[in-house]
Amino acid sequence: MMGLAVFLLLLLTGGEALALAPPEGFRILDTPNDAGKSLSLVWRASPGESKDRTVQVWIAGVRPPSDMGSDPVAAVAFQKVAEFPANTRYVKPGDFPWWARPAGKGDHYAKLASSPAFPIEDGRPYAVKLLVREGDQEVWSEVVQASARPDWFNTAQMNNVLFVLAFTGTLLATIAAARRNPHVYLRRIAGLDAVDEAIGRSTEMGRPVLYLTGSGSMSDVSTIAATVILGDVAKKVAQYGTTLQVPHRDPIVMAVCQEIVKESYSEAGRPDAFKEDANFFITDDQFSYTAAVDGIMLREKPAANFFMGSYFAESLLLTETGASTGAIQIAGTDSDHQLPFFVTTCDYTLIGEELYAAGAYLSREPVLVGTLRGQDLGKAFIMGVLVAGTALATIGGLAQTDIFAYALDLFKDFK
Amino acid sequence: MIFFKRHLPLAITFVMGITFALQYYVPHPVSEAAITAVSKWMQIISGFALLLGIASLFHMHAVKIRRQAAGWGYSLVLYGAMLGTMVVGFGSHGETKVDGAQTAFGWLYDYTMVPLQGTMFSVLAFFVASAAYRAFRARSREASVLLLSAVIVMVGRVPLGQVLLPWAWDVTQWLMNVINSAVRRAILIGVSMGSVALSVKIILGKERSYLGGGKDA
Repeated sequence: MMGLAVFLLLLLTGGEALALAPPEGFRILDTPNDAGKSLSLVWRASPGESKDRTVQVWIAGVRPPSDMGSDPVAAVAFQKVAEFPANTRYVKPGDFPWWARPAGKGDHYAKLASSPAFPIEDGRPYAVKLLVREGDQEVWSEVVQASARPDWFNTAQMNNVLFVLAFTGTLLATIAAARRNPHVYLRRIAGLDAVDEAIGRSTEMGRPVLYLTGSGSMSDVSTIAATVILGDVAKKVAQYGTTLQVPHRDPIVMAVCQEIVKESYSEAGRPDAFKEDANFFITDDQFSYTAAVDGIMLREKPAANFFMGSYFAESLLLTETGASTGAIQIAGTDSDHQLPFFVTTCDYTLIGEELYAAGAYLSREPVLVGTLRGQDLGKAFIMGVLVAGTALATIGGLAQTDIFAYALDLFKDFK
Repeated sequence: MIFFKRHLPLAITFVMGITFALQYYVPHPVSEAAITAVSKWMQIISGFALLLGIASLFHMHAVKIRRQAAGWGYSLVLYGAMLGTMVVGFGSHGETKVDGAQTAFGWLYDYTMVPLQGTMFSVLAFFVASAAYRAFRARSREASVLLLSAVIVMVGRVPLGQVLLPWAWDVTQWLMNVINSAVRRAILIGVSMGSVALSVKIILGKERSYLGGGKDA
């Protein structure tokens, strides 16, 4: 359509070159949803934009009010800070969500960030103008002013906030429902069913149970999940009267686990059997720790090895050594890149979210079981969105329409 | 006592959890400054916690030596290595190089720690081979599919394989980009949901077992 307009215009002007027009609708604004020190320029697209036509951005800091004359902008020195072809910097679908779009689709949008060459200060007004050049012709835009400021809320992430609140509400509702009716069906997880068998085998063989909480720190969710499972394993170990060994890479995780194991022994009615040195620190160095744990496996030959939490390259070194000693091995990790090694070398593996579900499965406590129901509802919702989103995006692509963007944007992650 | 063991940690968890969940949505420099400050505090706390770890390590090995438990000689080696490293480290003022010249501490690191770490890492290659042998034995239909896929991917990833079987590259790409990616994404979605759910439970104090003791709120 635009090409046809240009052709008709050329026809009417007898093929003579079009005179350059200044950019229409040029305005400047504080860059939305940012940490400040940045301005954004917006102007409408115009016919005849090509790579041969360039746009230069000129900027100047406006003098403070006390220093202003009759025309503060005229007195300041403009400086060129950017230059680019005129047929670039368009707003494309997906750049911004529809509820936080600073410019219309197809408009030009250029962000000016603070740089050593031209620092932009928050709160200070800046004057900006554009120079459009093509061949010998050039034309200036009008001068516009704005000041940068940091934002307190990223409105582009509003959808994220709403989904987090909705998911939290769902979890609380399912927890409340599980408290009223604790008989919630949980599918069998073979790895967790085998916990009793593994600890029982250790007891019969008179060998210790080895439990690792992974490479993460206490701020990692997978480590917290590993400590939650440790509580249940320690309780069973106390009931069976066998020995538990928990070597650590992180002293803080060690301190937390000491408390958890101590409480578990008390709950099992065996506080006398608790040994302070069941949890011990080795080193925070990856391969030194691995070598030490491999040494424990080979010397003391634990009959059951648990590998819970997050792991890196040490996973195979640990589990393959454990497999060579003939121990029952149960792993649980959310480190998807290490899953193949665990699946290959362990008897049972809790894959991904099963690590988080293990606490609920072992304890059957309503709070934890209710959370699983909430997670399942969340996953069902995501699956529905994936199917519907794929269908809408495909139809939109085939029909060359952006109408579905209003729905699809709701489920995108905007920064 | 219950206040310090239960109520105070739960209150701190709630306040910090909510604050840093909101931090994700706040682009203001104050938000960035807050996360930087907390990271520094975590480093400081970790530094002090390391003393706890070292005390645990010394205690465990001291008990082994005193009881002359199996392998107590290794505990002596650990004591010797640790004290020796500390003496050399203090002697070199913690520097590995001074004016371009390697210090004793630097020598100790470069010629003991680095080769030992390299040795452990290189063992991985042998373990991958033995684990692969076990995994790829075609004992069942699933294992056979795994074996076939692995062979195609391995052939498709090496130049000789691409010369011998030109279609292997395309099949490899399809296996990695379609089948493998789909499974990984499914696992990641589950992990993310579980991670958010556990975080919400911890922030709201519904999950307390990491503090030791009962789980229910």
